[in-house]
Amino acid sequence: MTWETVIGLEIHSQLRTKSKIFSGASTSFGAKPNTQACAVDLGYPGVLPVLNKEAVNMALSFGLAVNAKINQHSIFARKNYFYPDLPKGYQISQFELPIVGQGEIEIPLDDGQNKMVGITRAHLEEDAGKSIHDLYDDFTAIDLNRAGTPLLEIVSEPDMRSAKEAVAYAKKIHALVQYIGICDGNMQEGSFRCDANVSIRKKGDELGTRAELKNINSFKFLEKAINLEVERQIDILEDRGSIVQETRLYDAVKNETRSMRSKEEANDYRYFPDPDLLPVVIDDELLVQIKNSLPELPTEKKIRFIDDFSLSEYDAENLTAQKDIADYFESMIAKGADVKLSANWVMGDLSASLNKNQIEIQDSPISAIELYELITKISDNTISGKIAKDVFKSMWEGKGSVEEIIENQGLKQMTDIDALEGIIDEVVNNNTLQVQQFKDGNSKLLGFFVGQVMKATNGKANPKQVNKILNDKLS
Amino acid sequence: MMHKLSIAELSKGLKNKDFSSVELTQHYLDRIAVSELNSYITVTDELALSQAKDADLKIAKGKGTILTGIPYAHKDIFCTKGVKTSAGSKMLDSFISPYDATITEKFNNENMVMLGKTNMDEFAMGSSNENSFYGPVKNPWDQKRVPGGSSGGSAAAVAARIAPFATGTDTGGSIRQPASLCGITGIKPTYGRISRYGMIAYASSLDQAGPLTQSAEDAAIVLNSMSGFDDKDSTSATKETPDYTKNLGNSIKGLKIGLPREFFSEGLDSDVEKVIMQSISEFEAMGAKVHEVSLPNSAYAIPTYYIVALCECSSNLSRFDGVRYGYRCDDPKDLNDLYLRSRSEGFGDEVKRRIMIGTYALSAGYYDAYYLKAQKVRHLISEDFKKAFESVDVIMGPVSPTTAFEIGAVKDSVSMYLADIYTLSANLAGLPGMSIPAGFSNNLPVGLQLIGNHWSEEALLNVAHQFQLQTNWHSQLPVES
Repeated sequence: MTWETVIGLEIHSQLRTKSKIFSGASTSFGAKPNTQACAVDLGYPGVLPVLNKEAVNMALSFGLAVNAKINQHSIFARKNYFYPDLPKGYQISQFELPIVGQGEIEIPLDDGQNKMVGITRAHLEEDAGKSIHDLYDDFTAIDLNRAGTPLLEIVSEPDMRSAKEAVAYAKKIHALVQYIGICDGNMQEGSFRCDANVSIRKKGDELGTRAELKNINSFKFLEKAINLEVERQIDILEDRGSIVQETRLYDAVKNETRSMRSKEEANDYRYFPDPDLLPVVIDDELLVQIKNSLPELPTEKKIRFIDDFSLSEYDAENLTAQKDIADYFESMIAKGADVKLSANWVMGDLSASLNKNQIEIQDSPISAIELYELITKISDNTISGKIAKDVFKSMWEGKGSVEEIIENQGLKQMTDIDALEGIIDEVVNNNTLQVQQFKDGNSKLLGFFVGQVMKATNGKANPKQVNKILNDKLS
Repeated sequence: MMHKLSIAELSKGLKNKDFSSVELTQHYLDRIAVSELNSYITVTDELALSQAKDADLKIAKGKGTILTGIPYAHKDIFCTKGVKTSAGSKMLDSFISPYDATITEKFNNENMVMLGKTNMDEFAMGSSNENSFYGPVKNPWDQKRVPGGSSGGSAAAVAARIAPFATGTDTGGSIRQPASLCGITGIKPTYGRISRYGMIAYASSLDQAGPLTQSAEDAAIVLNSMSGFDDKDSTSATKETPDYTKNLGNSIKGLKIGLPREFFSEGLDSDVEKVIMQSISEFEAMGAKVHEVSLPNSAYAIPTYYIVALCECSSNLSRFDGVRYGYRCDDPKDLNDLYLRSRSEGFGDEVKRRIMIGTYALSAGYYDAYYLKAQKVRHLISEDFKKAFESVDVIMGPVSPTTAFEIGAVKDSVSMYLADIYTLSANLAGLPGMSIPAGFSNNLPVGLQLIGNHWSEEALLNVAHQFQLQTNWHSQLPVES
């Protein structure tokens, strides 16, 4: 029996405003507990919220970037529930009329195809504070610094059909919010959080009952949590059981999901329009202004990379997936680096080293200019591609500039043709048997001779030259 | 006899050095000390005298405004930095506000003198001031009777002249009804005219502050100070504030007065009706024309108000949870116990009743039938007024169906809710409303209500002032005052 997985994501993206969504308190991360919460954030008697226009502009940027319908008249509502880190006893959010309506975003699939994923809505809301349960034995500590931080909750349609697709979508949104500068994307600090609604069904059937997975703070965990949940649901249904609609918590340490609360235990949030705030009215002028101020979006950049640099769709997709990577690549090209070599190096050795060391490209020990210099040494035949890999390693380890490393380690390619011919003659003379076999038609042996020459020159010979000379001498 | 002077007269006295603000303040503090009305929750003697001293310095330099050095009583719903702000509730008995309400700030900027914080129905929920954690306030005209509510302490204090004026808030009549029952002048301006920042919320879409004064002229002077846009309150209006004292002297000849049929029907005490009709005749004698108008949806004002107000209050009062400030129960077992007991013990019965009704009305499955329906009816009520104001300038009628009743006489909540029948509509429609002394019934004051179109405070004050030039009901004082 084959099951189809259906996934929708709710992404909470923390907006990079300087002050909170309804107060003038700072939003910066890591301050001493409760030092960045003013009377409004603390929910003191008599205080009133005042909407931060910057948050509205950021929501609009997002809406326009995903071709969404912008609701030019939207409303803030109160979501009522009691929790100690929710000072007012309600969260100011948007319910019936969110600022961003239906939109869409294209995601790359494994097979090289693209897929459109629908965005149901995106709405503005305030974050709650933090409850810290492990600080004191008998108490829960409350830090309200985060209370009132602006969030954009981006809700997708249930359009994803696998954990991989869900990750691709999440990454795409993650890249987009950073592209347009509305979110720092820091998942460790909680600036970008995903909840996944997961259900399964037989193909063609109605949607199955879903479970909502919470507390997922990395793409890796997102994939794991969804796969775990799909397995759990398949097991239940194949045992003729039924799925309960519930909220489940993902535990990354135990790699399991467990029930947090069922639908019956769920809060009745008693949403109603917040009488303290006027409807948010967006005029056409502001929309035009925001649209004009949007930077180049990933899709536009990808098309430009294909057109201007003759990159393949695959390379262009990879290089534009993150704004910082695209910027890195482009500054190499701007210096005059070879496009194909640059693409290969950025996506190859550089990405691998960054991933292995869990470093973001903006913190890379090798700058775009340094990588450009390395590549130039390949293009002008100073070193071979193979030697370049060693140089790259030394540069990563901070052993000096490209020039210094090549010089100090004596890695310069042999440019003395006579000397090279001498070595090649020696190799040919020492391997008469193989020469005969080659001449008898075993052309694969050319590789053997190249290898021997490279070995004899410590890799410093230019492979192209070696090939050419060998071909001449053996024919 | 300083306490018999109006604000304009007091201001003149201060300027002419007939008396200092310190002397004036001490005079009021002395009167408060012997008052048995229970109209103040907190008397801020020390603060008042130091503010008076500052005011005197300012006046000496010739720098004061008309309100500099004038004492006042502040309803205990307005936050006052460093001073207990209780909202009449046990929940906030220990609450010292860390900040000033915008109104408090404005008054401080003019170097006014706060005598203390006045008693009120808990969280402004009530029409008799019997719902206060600090006990009922007595009506100075008859101490067995209520002063009305929720701004009962403010109204009683002004009526007894133990404050030259007081602040109040009006969500469904809480300025006008106690003003009426205590024989003073009270105005609730258009929704959005005065900042709500720092005013503890009962029902945000209805709450509006205003002054309780001895006369319309005083009301105009105080309203000048209270009004205006505040960037801390998104619902405050950016519309410019006129000088409300400027046109008080205009003639009201040809004024078109509308009497809503629905305000003179069943339930209105016949003696109260007589007083109201006499004052209408007075207006006619002054050249005004009387027309009958209809507000057909008035009958729905009570249910509509109680749904809208209670839904909002159920959410507004969620912040009182025993976690950050205010009352917290002893030794909570766990989080639920903390919430349950802090709120059960900290709130009074009427507040709990309203929170429960509001919570119910907002619940899944009931929201459409109650809250949404109420909002639609609210719109219809507004439309009624809009239509009426096409043909008349001001609507007049009673404020309250009866005069002040005895403390403890009204036992069930629903009967109490009916006391607001004539005042609720103005809040639902966001219109300015006023109560002015119109006469007496069995030695108890009767107030005449004036309701104007949006932003017509200036006209209302002019009409009221002209009436007060012709009558002396507003200068009658209860015995012993």
